Amino acid sequence: MKKSIPVILAAVLAFWAASGLRTPTYKSDFNVADFGRLPVLLEGRVQPLDSVARNSLLIMRGKQSVLLDGGGQLSPSEWLMEVTMKPEIADDRKLFRVDHPDLRGMLKLPIEGQKYFSFNELKGQFEEIEKQAKRADKAEAQAQTTFDKAVIKLYTGLTTYHRLKNSLRPEVSDNFSQELVEFQKLMVPGVAAVRLREAGKDYNKEDFDSFLKLVEVYDFVANAAYPLVVPPVHPDVRRDAWSNLGTSLLETVQSGQIQPAVTWYAAMITAYRQARPEEFNRALADYRQWLGANFGRETSKSKSEFLFHNWEPFYRCIVLYLCVFLLGCASWFGAFQLFNRSAYYLLLVTFVVHTSGIVYRMVLEGRPPVTNLYSSALFVGWGAVLLGLILERFYRDSIGVVMASALGFLTQIIAHNLSLDGDTMQMLRAVLDTNFWLATHVVAITLGYASTFVAGFLAILYVVRGVFTRSLAESTGKTLTRMVYGIVCFATLFSFVGTILGGIWADQSWGRFWGWDPKENGALIIVLWNAIILHARWGRLVGERGLMNLAIFGNIVTSFSWFGVNMLGVGLHAYGFMEKAFFWLMAFVVSQLLLIILGSLPNRYWASWRANHLAPQPHPA
Amino acid sequence: MDLKRFLKILCSLELTVVCLAFAIILVFVGTLAQVEIGLYAAQARYFRSFVVLWNPPGTSFQIPVLPGGYLIGGVLLANLIAAHIKRFGFTKKKAGILMVHAGLILLLAGQLATDILQVESAMRLTEGQAKSYSESQRYNELAVLDTTNPEYNDVVAVPEHVLETQKAIHQPNLPFTIQVRNYYPNSDPQSRRSSAAQGTQGVGQRLEFVQSPRTTRMDARDVPAAELEILDSKAASLGTWWVSPWLCDEELFPLVLDRADPATRAALLQTQSFKIDSKTYELSLRPRRIYLPFFLRLLKFSHDRYMGTDIPKNFASRVQLVRPATQEDREVLIYMNNPLRYGGQTFYQASFDKRDPRVTILQVVRNPGWLTPYLACCLVGAGLLYQFLTHLIGFVKRRTA
Repeated sequence: MKKSIPVILAAVLAFWAASGLRTPTYKSDFNVADFGRLPVLLEGRVQPLDSVARNSLLIMRGKQSVLLDGGGQLSPSEWLMEVTMKPEIADDRKLFRVDHPDLRGMLKLPIEGQKYFSFNELKGQFEEIEKQAKRADKAEAQAQTTFDKAVIKLYTGLTTYHRLKNSLRPEVSDNFSQELVEFQKLMVPGVAAVRLREAGKDYNKEDFDSFLKLVEVYDFVANAAYPLVVPPVHPDVRRDAWSNLGTSLLETVQSGQIQPAVTWYAAMITAYRQARPEEFNRALADYRQWLGANFGRETSKSKSEFLFHNWEPFYRCIVLYLCVFLLGCASWFGAFQLFNRSAYYLLLVTFVVHTSGIVYRMVLEGRPPVTNLYSSALFVGWGAVLLGLILERFYRDSIGVVMASALGFLTQIIAHNLSLDGDTMQMLRAVLDTNFWLATHVVAITLGYASTFVAGFLAILYVVRGVFTRSLAESTGKTLTRMVYGIVCFATLFSFVGTILGGIWADQSWGRFWGWDPKENGALIIVLWNAIILHARWGRLVGERGLMNLAIFGNIVTSFSWFGVNMLGVGLHAYGFMEKAFFWLMAFVVSQLLLIILGSLPNRYWASWRANHLAPQPHPA
Repeated sequence: MDLKRFLKILCSLELTVVCLAFAIILVFVGTLAQVEIGLYAAQARYFRSFVVLWNPPGTSFQIPVLPGGYLIGGVLLANLIAAHIKRFGFTKKKAGILMVHAGLILLLAGQLATDILQVESAMRLTEGQAKSYSESQRYNELAVLDTTNPEYNDVVAVPEHVLETQKAIHQPNLPFTIQVRNYYPNSDPQSRRSSAAQGTQGVGQRLEFVQSPRTTRMDARDVPAAELEILDSKAASLGTWWVSPWLCDEELFPLVLDRADPATRAALLQTQSFKIDSKTYELSLRPRRIYLPFFLRLLKFSHDRYMGTDIPKNFASRVQLVRPATQEDREVLIYMNNPLRYGGQTFYQASFDKRDPRVTILQVVRNPGWLTPYLACCLVGAGLLYQFLTHLIGFVKRRTA
């Protein structure tokens, strides 16, 4: 029985992790899931409406869902249905996060308490917000104050909201289906009236006025609408030539034919506003059928992306890594077999989830695993966990699982915070648009980061276990030393090859192998640091503890290269300035320095040394 | 210190570690310094130097604070070679290390060669336009054109630093002397506030230049300006002229033109010329030109963006390459990550003009050492792999045995 506990535990949690791979349930008679799956084009890529909703919510409130006043949550797709179809309800939802005290003061909002405000609560202040945001936007990013940034953020949120409201129907029309029928009827007499008037002849004033009124509305929508929701008429010519609702309706004046997508959207909206779910679902199903026949690729891609976001594999990984970490640590204090095996099997399960998540993203994007800072965090964690699994497979001493789960957990937290900036699957700028270099240089560099962190975290385990617990026996210390040394070799290989490949890429794309760009320098520092560790070891300049302290410092070096250089605000590679991240980077650096101080404490302060009366090997003179 | 001890230190691992540590500090400090003083100045001060000097605020003396890139690189190189001569034999076990170090030596030597020999410039082409020269993005030259003969121009080019250091320029093949009245390393044009001084000629009557601080930004460059007085052989003044890339550079000139009022526009569109001994001369301060034995004509520039965004998806320039001497004439497509390597030069798709969709900007690089990093990477990669794999296989064998 005892032997099967780890297997059962892993199986149960594996089932939980896989259970997200199904259509989520909504408490609604409207087919929310199918609505959320509808493909649209935004930021240059086809994505489901659900992703549009999620990323818009991130812009507005930094979270992917909406809290309801009476408790409970509104899913992104449900919220988007409200915004686009019944904004009178959405306008009262607390959507916009306003934190900055000066901004709250300026907007006459309560100084304490409430953090999120509704569109209606901010309504009276739009002019002031717009004025301040436009002024702030003129300054360069580094010259902007926190107030400037806050007001720009709020303004962007409000604009996005306003644009969403006009994405599927003009905000002013009540019965959009009816309006389209009238528009279709008016088209011929309306155009005739316009022509006659231009020619200076008699024209039907009534036709002219009602036609022009609609055209003006659609012209406004053409400028305001956010995602491009109408698929192209001739997909064989340009498959990505989607248009937004307004543009499509204005084109209708030329072609005389309202696009089928527009008609179906109008039917859905009218049914939604009149609370008739059957009609809504029928129109939605018809549209999806039409899409499936004409835009099969786009439909299945957005369906997959919808499933991916609702599965939330990386959120599940966070939970699982935490469990593995606790099980792994527990194994050092008793019932080793039980806890160690449980942790190991569960780590295998988590690794499968983590890998599937990354592969899923790769298939969605059609890209190698790392394309931006967010995905680099996912991949650093993945590489570290892989190394941890290998170490555990050979040593079976829980060191591999504890290190892997700690790094897996931390990198997932970092990734989660990076994902709050918006879409994580943006299209790549021209120079980055090369799968060959993304697959070689970027992957090698990222594995270099991962392995340097692995060495550093193994060293942390050595120091923490040595100083605070009695569990660091002499043999364990020796094992850890061998592990750290081996991993540093590995890190040297990957970071060196990755750095040089980056240089070669730069040589290919702008003729400069090495330009002392901050990102390049960061990579170089990692290579140099790993080289120092190896040479110091070969020259016997450091002993066991010296090696550990050097490896911990490697964490600082790597975090500088990974994040620090982005905060310098210079360089071709810079991803953008991140103030909150800067605080956390500094906190991390300080924590590592403290660990190095701990690692340098004389032997008598080490609990394990006192327990064994045996110091880790002093360095041979 | 006796020689034996010196040699012992020279090939010691301690020296390696010390050099690597200094290298890390140097790279770190040099990276941070880019924020303050810009990439080029930081490179010159930290990486392309033997010692890094520091000027304590409020004083005029400089004290060395760090070894510079050349010194660290040089010592590391000597250390590496010395260590190999003294300690390493050519055993199979050490083959990996040997390859790694050979690769590193190649890399360092190649980068030094690149540092000394590499010339970077840019070629800006509008659709239909052909050019047989590229222009430096960093250096300018004072060009004096003799345009008397309609068939060809005679050019005398004076490097910009001469304007900075000399008060008077006299070239043997020019029948006049150029007096440098004012020289600004970085400048901005503005309309004249007061009426022009007596003798001011050309656009100077409408415009004047003011000095601006040298830029530290990566994406900006210094645009110098100079006020020159021409004195004939009898030292009589023909007047003063303002010259600056603002007045002739294809990218900058349209900016000035856009901001100008109608009268200034008229002045700007006229060439700045003067006559002496029945010959006509034109003056301009322009980006330094590097002439090529062939020319490129831009046939088509395409610049795709992702649908509904401004994110560039792809740039490509279709150019015609013509070399009269060999009668070579062919079409080439240059695009991102796919440069044209020809005649010792490499042409990269670098940029575009935000204001004119028909303009491509190609980066032109001459670097005889461009292959060394490729070889070095293979050597070091293979060496590291060999070394660590032999370790790993030994380890696995021991564990599973």
